[in-house]
Amino acid sequence: MRLFKAKRSALSETALGSSQHLAAGLSRRQFGLTAAAALAMPTVLRAHGSPKITSKGTYDITVDRVRIDTGNFRKMGVGYNKSQIPTVLRFKEGEEVTINVTNNLRESTSIHWHGLVLPFRQDGVPGISFNGIAPGETFTYRFPIQQAGTYWFHSHSGFQEPDGAYGAIVIEPRGGERVRANRDYVVQLADKHPHPGSRIMRNLKRMPDYYNRSQRTLQTLIEDSRQDSLKAALKDRGMWGRMRMMPTDIEDVQGFTPLINGQSTSQNWTGLFRPGEKIRLRIVNSSAMTYFDMRIPGLRMTVVQADGNDVRPVTVDELRVAVAETYDVIVQPRENKVYSIIAESMGRTALVRGTLSPKDGYAGAVPPLRPRPLLTMADMGGMMGGMDMGDHVMQNAGGMQDMTAMDHANMEPAESSGMQSMDHSQMQTPDQPAMDGMAPSDMNNTGTPAMQGMDHAGMTMEDGADLFYAPGSGLTPKAYNGGKFLSYTDLRAARPLYRHRAPSRTIELRLTGNMERYIWSINGVKYDDADPIVLTYGERVRIRFINETMMAHPMHLHGMWSMVETGQGARNPIKHTVSVQPGVTTDIEVEVDAPGQWAFHCHLSYHADGGMFRKVVVRGRPA
Amino acid sequence: MKRFKLAGLVGLFLPLAQVTYAEPLIWGFQAEQFEYRAMDGEDAFVWDFDALVGSDELKFIWRSEAELGLTSEDFEKLENQARLQFPVSTFFDAVIGAYADTPDGAPNRYAGVVGIKGLAPQWFEIDADLFVSENPFFRFEAEYEALLTNRLILTPNIEVNLPLKDDAARDRGAGGAVVEIGARLSYDVVDRAFSPYIGVNYEAALGDTKDRIRASGGDTDAFAIVIGTRLMF
Repeated sequence: MRLFKAKRSALSETALGSSQHLAAGLSRRQFGLTAAAALAMPTVLRAHGSPKITSKGTYDITVDRVRIDTGNFRKMGVGYNKSQIPTVLRFKEGEEVTINVTNNLRESTSIHWHGLVLPFRQDGVPGISFNGIAPGETFTYRFPIQQAGTYWFHSHSGFQEPDGAYGAIVIEPRGGERVRANRDYVVQLADKHPHPGSRIMRNLKRMPDYYNRSQRTLQTLIEDSRQDSLKAALKDRGMWGRMRMMPTDIEDVQGFTPLINGQSTSQNWTGLFRPGEKIRLRIVNSSAMTYFDMRIPGLRMTVVQADGNDVRPVTVDELRVAVAETYDVIVQPRENKVYSIIAESMGRTALVRGTLSPKDGYAGAVPPLRPRPLLTMADMGGMMGGMDMGDHVMQNAGGMQDMTAMDHANMEPAESSGMQSMDHSQMQTPDQPAMDGMAPSDMNNTGTPAMQGMDHAGMTMEDGADLFYAPGSGLTPKAYNGGKFLSYTDLRAARPLYRHRAPSRTIELRLTGNMERYIWSINGVKYDDADPIVLTYGERVRIRFINETMMAHPMHLHGMWSMVETGQGARNPIKHTVSVQPGVTTDIEVEVDAPGQWAFHCHLSYHADGGMFRKVVVRGRPA
Repeated sequence: MKRFKLAGLVGLFLPLAQVTYAEPLIWGFQAEQFEYRAMDGEDAFVWDFDALVGSDELKFIWRSEAELGLTSEDFEKLENQARLQFPVSTFFDAVIGAYADTPDGAPNRYAGVVGIKGLAPQWFEIDADLFVSENPFFRFEAEYEALLTNRLILTPNIEVNLPLKDDAARDRGAGGAVVEIGARLSYDVVDRAFSPYIGVNYEAALGDTKDRIRASGGDTDAFAIVIGTRLMF
């Protein structure tokens, strides 16, 4: 990956010294405040205002029309600094950055700094934070870097991000990296499609399965008939057909070439190492639409950070990176051999291989794609409960009626034990002190009786399945080697940013849509027709995502952290993007500590554009 | 939030839509039939396409269906419709529009159109339209795409035209339906943009319509081998 050649002013990072920044770091970041301070300012520990500036840096970015060559196809797209290789910005915590963005396109552009905590005018969302950057214009962003970790940036205008406008951000903590590693590589994933984004959207609107080439066919009917019986296979198809839904509806946009750092399998991005070295891989999923499952056959990965925030190290064999998420992992190859970094799409329609090698010029093995998953009735769980039937146009209401009319006893789920495990009695709520702070009423106001059994995280199943998937979901991941697959429940914040306290209220956001019309919405209302979500500065709110669609949605709240309710109280992971799987309810808590107005949306490009998007207005400001 | 450019254009077509934050305009061209028909009598060239522009809330569609006799160079059929389509349920749109049928060698017919279009359970694409004029008729079309593989697709279809009143000048008798059934085997060569097919098509007049056609010396049914392509861009 190309290191961004930045003009950095010579102002010293060291002159202001460790004592000062240590003090600042403690007071702003640390969890254990004195009681007095907590009383004085009980709500927000991370006040904005006057962050400690220890250095200044100036960076230049151009936004250009570039030729993109994936090895499989060539197309014109958008890129930063005239390259299809993503730019990496390297900042230091405590630095005040000045970023000059020059728009060489013939249309307006913007850059959103994904995951960065900054004044909302710097957030880069046209129509919400500013007016965008006109063609030919140079816009100067200026903001203090108040955090460390791996983040990324991308255009928030039109379909420029799927067309290639993305890059990575690496911020070194004050006092240097906390995790020692000999090598440090960004691994930025993308799903490069031969079609421009605007055309993809147009095609999806007119024919939602335009890009679905994994549909069930006569062939699969014959296979299934052999496995079960023709009657069972037809019955299963009849059931899906009655609802006009497809169990193969996992990746809306197939036919892409996945890239690591702008390079396809044939172009083979390579990271060098010497045996025994510790390598830090900063995995960023900058795809428009595609979740990737990451593995390095032969190596275990120790996850040390998620979405820029350190977590207590957890070692896994494979992990799923939702769109817009980041994970930092440490690997330590001890053998003098070539390893493959494999990112395989969740729907198993494509994969990309990168290489870790002791020497340049080698390529790791490319494994075959694993069998394609199918959605199950469990993934439709959300459509059965608590749906507002009012808006038939927006909702798959017809499907729901069919669902409720369905005789469950007659269903023969293809191969899964899905229905059995949907028996809620098998789920057990462990005693968890973490939930103590929550008012009992918070637990019951979901309004979705069918979902009661799964409406809060922190529950465990007897078989230890991932609780962030509907029990019996076709999407529940399994590690390639039968080993450990990372779950949100494994993520424990290393340093909580806020004092743990009960939220003052719960905001329910049902993630809704109509797949046949390719309309995506929240609470049945798409962005164009929706009022903003209003939050009050200083409050802590719980946001409850109830996924009533059959697709996973990576929900991204700008400007404020999303603390995912995994049942670990103050150690709940601190994220900027939270994946909500089909048929699942996932809670996050947000300390409302950023005045202004912010975007809040599903990070799948065509879902956001289809209407699963909200403006959030934060009323009030620090006293 | 994203595109303001098209706001004005959308506004022209879509007085109903809120244009504060215009979503991308939906537009395109889609031909289900674009084919050569080899028949016993005169061979013909046939098209059936929709060109559309609009939004989730309202679409304008120009629908054209024609059959051009290749020896006579006469249009046996030349229908054009201007249709407005808007959602009324999860899977169905309502349609209102205007219809003009202007073949060679037969009187022209104009009508208002009221109908529905959508997706029925088990993936049947349905069009049901009432053509309102002095010579009213009802038309029902259904189509199913059977995926033999993800690119090799067999599409059976049926179209029923049911005259509700006699139309002597066009040899149509009330209740005497004209039924067309076909099946086309297509292969998606370029995305779904270009999908050549071969197939069969059979058309037959029934009841009073059949009698009228026979009396005026015409063919009451026609079988054709078809070769053509589906188009979508």
